[in-house]
Amino acid sequence: MDAILLQILNGIDKGSAYALIALGLTLIFGTLGVVNFAHGALFMIGAFVAVTMGKVLEISKITLDPVKTDFLGNPAKIKTPYVTEWFGNFGFWMIEWSVLVSVIVAIPVMILIGIIMERGLIKHFYNRPHADQILVTFGLAIVLQEIIKAVYGANPIPQSAPDLLKGSVDFGMMIGMAENSVIYPLWRLVYFCFSVLIIGGVFAFLRFTTFGMVVRAGMADRETVGLLGINIDKRFTIMFGVAAAVAGLAGVMYTPINPPNYHMGMDFLVLSFVVVVVGGMGSLPGAVAAGFLLGILESFASMPEAKEYIITALEWVYLDFDFILTFIKGLDQIVIYLVAVLVLLVRPRGLMGKAGMMEE
Amino acid sequence: MNLMKDRFLLIIFACVVLAAPLIFAPTGAAYPDLLQRFAIYGIFAIGFNILFGLTGYLSFGHAAFLGVGSYSAVWMFKLLSMNIVPALLLSIVVAGVFSLLIGYVSLRRSGIYFSILTLALAQMSYNLAYSVLTPLTNGETGLQLRLDDARVLDAAGDAGSLPSTNFFGLEMKEVFWNPTVFGYDLQFNWGYYVCAILLIASFWISIRIFRSPFGLMLRAVKTNQTRLNYTGISSRPYTLAAFVISGMFAGLAGGLLASMDPLAGAERMQWTVGGEVVLMVVLGGMGTLIGPILGAVFIKYFENIFSKINDGVLHGWFAIMPEWLDNAMVVIISPFVGKGWHLTLGALFMLVVIFLPGGLVDGAKRIGRVITGANRRAAKVGIE
Repeated sequence: MDAILLQILNGIDKGSAYALIALGLTLIFGTLGVVNFAHGALFMIGAFVAVTMGKVLEISKITLDPVKTDFLGNPAKIKTPYVTEWFGNFGFWMIEWSVLVSVIVAIPVMILIGIIMERGLIKHFYNRPHADQILVTFGLAIVLQEIIKAVYGANPIPQSAPDLLKGSVDFGMMIGMAENSVIYPLWRLVYFCFSVLIIGGVFAFLRFTTFGMVVRAGMADRETVGLLGINIDKRFTIMFGVAAAVAGLAGVMYTPINPPNYHMGMDFLVLSFVVVVVGGMGSLPGAVAAGFLLGILESFASMPEAKEYIITALEWVYLDFDFILTFIKGLDQIVIYLVAVLVLLVRPRGLMGKAGMMEE
Repeated sequence: MNLMKDRFLLIIFACVVLAAPLIFAPTGAAYPDLLQRFAIYGIFAIGFNILFGLTGYLSFGHAAFLGVGSYSAVWMFKLLSMNIVPALLLSIVVAGVFSLLIGYVSLRRSGIYFSILTLALAQMSYNLAYSVLTPLTNGETGLQLRLDDARVLDAAGDAGSLPSTNFFGLEMKEVFWNPTVFGYDLQFNWGYYVCAILLIASFWISIRIFRSPFGLMLRAVKTNQTRLNYTGISSRPYTLAAFVISGMFAGLAGGLLASMDPLAGAERMQWTVGGEVVLMVVLGGMGTLIGPILGAVFIKYFENIFSKINDGVLHGWFAIMPEWLDNAMVVIISPFVGKGWHLTLGALFMLVVIFLPGGLVDGAKRIGRVITGANRRAAKVGIE
């Protein structure tokens, strides 16, 4: 029981990232009808906003220590970050909680990047074939990724979570199980809660605001909404910004889990596409559900017990050839793709998609 | 008339390819290794163009077939013989079977779904090659020749050093003629000529497919698939055939890569390689005969040139300028050259897609029209 719970928990942090990226992809796709291959790059840029903020907050004034000397006899240098000089204790707090500060900074930055992307580039591709849209966003993804590589280098840059949220938590005890049965890193729990919050926020925004209502109407029938005298293009542009912000925030909060590097966006993009396809193209709840499901599935597939069960089952039906067993041993690497293939063969529209969506 | 034009085009193409060590000498690209890459990626791009250019199905997964081809060729070198013929045959067959499997699954959907599916399946193949199927692919290290490999057909006399790949005794590495012409040191190499002959053959096959009723059907798929279906024709056998053909071309290219340098690694299956062949075809001009080869040569040539430029070279260029301007220029340009070649490639790719969707061939056509006005035939050479 606790092993199963642990695997579910292990799956949800990756699942949360998949769900957030897939949500943004689906938003862009549902509103503008464009498949954004640069969406992974937005996730990566979000992560690097966090890296940049971490560095900016630690820009320090260097003063000479009057008493101490270093081993060469020169006066030792003391670094005082400017923020602590300006804000005192609040400055220390900001450095400590730099991830949170980055979240606040990332929202306007990512919305701006999204709007610039839409107005500057993608706008010109609405009337071009889908292949062109894919190609140009693919090119953009390469460019963004290489710019980040040129600026920050190719190595991953570790970021740390605030001290308060570091370490692990005894999750089992929190829900009334035996002590030390399910130990789980605290930040991953925070990440999950954060993503639920964001997803809930996006859904509430679409559901309960007038703006969201107009956007939903536009997703259903863009032309009619336009004929009613509503500037739907402007709202869709803002939705692109929102989608970019969702991906960016997913990236910011992911930095303490996995040190960001320049190709993290591409790594997540491929899987997020699979998530979107499994969830059903154009369906927001489908994208979210498939994101979590596939994350958890991946985690279960890496469980040695699960592999043993499958191997036992194969022995029962006399299918335990060496070749198949090799596949089973590496199941966690390929399970998501296998599921995607299976879903497309059995139920081509995905879990919650409409039939015939984007078949052209 | 059309037939005559095609023959003329093929003959010109063959002459250029066969004389490439001489033609490319002034550009500094005439060493065997790079020329081989031109030809091999040319074959890869020709095959990809048969799928993407004719049917419009955009696959991001063709790197998988390239990798499969390489692996099967190296296995043939390990087990059977260092002769490249069985290796190439096996790589074509294995890549064909593999592309039949992947094509069968991914061609059930079209449009964006197809792109995403091929991307996912290619990534899965990469994961398989990189870690899961380590006994078959030797994982991270890559598949390499060893002294104690079986090599059933080869005489067991070459103890001490690794044998090299050959075509009935002609060694791929060997430079068989090394004249000096106009002060250029020319290297004529067996490996390049094997690639060149296969490139010409591929080009000929591509012309035949473009002109055949089958090619016409593929174009119909691209133009209006729904209409085709309404006339009572199922388009899937045609697209699947195109997919398998392009997969076999990719397998041949992979086999050739392994024949020139007998090792195979998982990085050849990474989807960025699949993205690169898309770039080649789009840059050259999708749906044209000569475009993919132009794109492949262009990308591989500039990759070679750009990655050699470093800050020192740049300072050399701008030495006549005032120092502050020199430094500023170096700061601006250096991210684009050397290791930043991919940035240039991405930017170039975006520019081509935005402003010149027809690629280099279309660009040449436009320039030709502007310059010659009436004489359009010269510019149209090479365009279907």
